[in-house]
Amino acid sequence: MNLFDGSYELKEIQRLEGHTDRVWGLAWNPTTGADGVPAVLASCSGDKTVRIWQQSPLTGSFDCKAVLEETQTRTIRSCAWSPSGKLLATASFDATTAIWEHIGDDFECVSTLEGHENEVKSVSWNASGSLLASCGRDKSVWIWEVLPGNEFDCVSVLQGHTQDVKMVQWHPSMDVLFSCGYDNTIKVWAEDGDDDWSCVQTLGESNNGHSSTVWALSFNASGDKMVTCSDDLTIKIWGTDIIAMQSGDGNATWSHLCTLSGYHDRTIFSVHWSREGIIATGAADDAIRLFVENKDGLVDGPTCKLFLKKDKAHDMDVNSVQWSYSVLQLDMVYAITCTEYGPENAANLFGSPEQNNPDNRLLASASDDGMVKIWKLTSLP
Amino acid sequence: MVSELINANPTVYEKKERRVRITPADVDEYAVELIDQLEIFDILSDYCIDIKDPEHPYSLEELKVITEDAIELDAKRNYVRVTFTPTVEHCSMATVIGLCLRVKLMRSLPSRFKVSPLSCVNKQLNDKERVAAALENPNLVDMVDECLGPSYE
Repeated sequence: MNLFDGSYELKEIQRLEGHTDRVWGLAWNPTTGADGVPAVLASCSGDKTVRIWQQSPLTGSFDCKAVLEETQTRTIRSCAWSPSGKLLATASFDATTAIWEHIGDDFECVSTLEGHENEVKSVSWNASGSLLASCGRDKSVWIWEVLPGNEFDCVSVLQGHTQDVKMVQWHPSMDVLFSCGYDNTIKVWAEDGDDDWSCVQTLGESNNGHSSTVWALSFNASGDKMVTCSDDLTIKIWGTDIIAMQSGDGNATWSHLCTLSGYHDRTIFSVHWSREGIIATGAADDAIRLFVENKDGLVDGPTCKLFLKKDKAHDMDVNSVQWSYSVLQLDMVYAITCTEYGPENAANLFGSPEQNNPDNRLLASASDDGMVKIWKLTSLP
Repeated sequence: MVSELINANPTVYEKKERRVRITPADVDEYAVELIDQLEIFDILSDYCIDIKDPEHPYSLEELKVITEDAIELDAKRNYVRVTFTPTVEHCSMATVIGLCLRVKLMRSLPSRFKVSPLSCVNKQLNDKERVAAALENPNLVDMVDECLGPSYE
């Protein structure tokens, strides 16, 4: 028996309709979805709005609670919640990044960050919420310091990419920044201890990297592995020595671990690694794919296996896939791990299912068809 | 933008006679609307692409920027690939032509179709984020609209 026997499905729970143009980005509020706090999801779109969706504790269905509009004048390409869940940053083609604060029942734009020459494409908060990064078509990556009173101070403008930068993402535990883009590279940026930020590594084609635009990247829970996806139709896994990285070792570099190809036949726009180790990808072939790490492949080093295919997840391109944060669907992962590695190992890795709050790990996807969909990974009867 | 013609004297080719499309007698009205290569070629070829000069009333077909053979259609997956050859290898013009082709097909074909224009500026044209940003630029949209305007037949 194994988990590739089709005993799992990605079940569509709800379609969130409201956007009037393609939906580009999604962000789950990291402080919601557990301990009785209803899950909150933000979606942003070519219709120049952000929609805030909240799950009803009674019915489990999502309703649109707020529409953030009339602030940014062009496509809103991406959005990101601060770790405290109080602020939402939105990146727009109008060259600004807006900061929204949740005040009472309302969202208020409390700051607008200007500086990029043209389209801003991505924003990311560091783990402590003290730094914000943005990137755009002007090939630059900006780092902003978050000051009291919703003030944002630009501390660095990083030049290094030779083409537009598609995404920035902070490491999940350290103040190391990652960016990727149209120049086919992934760049790693770190501070030298003197407030100076510089590029410490470039992962390009010569490092077994991508041969076309790198659209997105994501980290596993422990932060020692990174996954990237590209217009070259591949997904790549990278690894580092996390201990060396934490000790500030300048030689703690990232290296290529494996390449997954043949799973999407058009540009892969989005990749997201869940806390429990399931990688989701969304692509221009309208499909969603899920992968899990293959821990028994020790002979050839770590690899990943396709574990679920969802064709026609949307009517058009899938631009974003995001796992919900807080409520771990550990029962599912436990079951998968049991099947693969036996119950003893599963209990070691994840604790017994009774110890964990079962259920409710959700995947959200956004598409050119204007729709946001909520999915749940379930086992077939 | 383009202040003078990049190619003032393009070679003009004769329009090819259209092959007659055969429509099956018993069309299944519930089947997904069938679109063939020829239809896509028709959509594209009748549009004058020379933006700046109304005295240049040639279609893409007459300029051999596109040919029917250059249209690849994967009907099963709804993929359309159009390889076009600008009259001169000048990428600024190729971008505009490619953008026009892409927009024209986006507007004319059902949304399930995936369109990829191919030329020397391939990567840009197939970066839908860049295309989306370009199409928010009113000047560029005007240019594309002008270029896709009524043909001069």
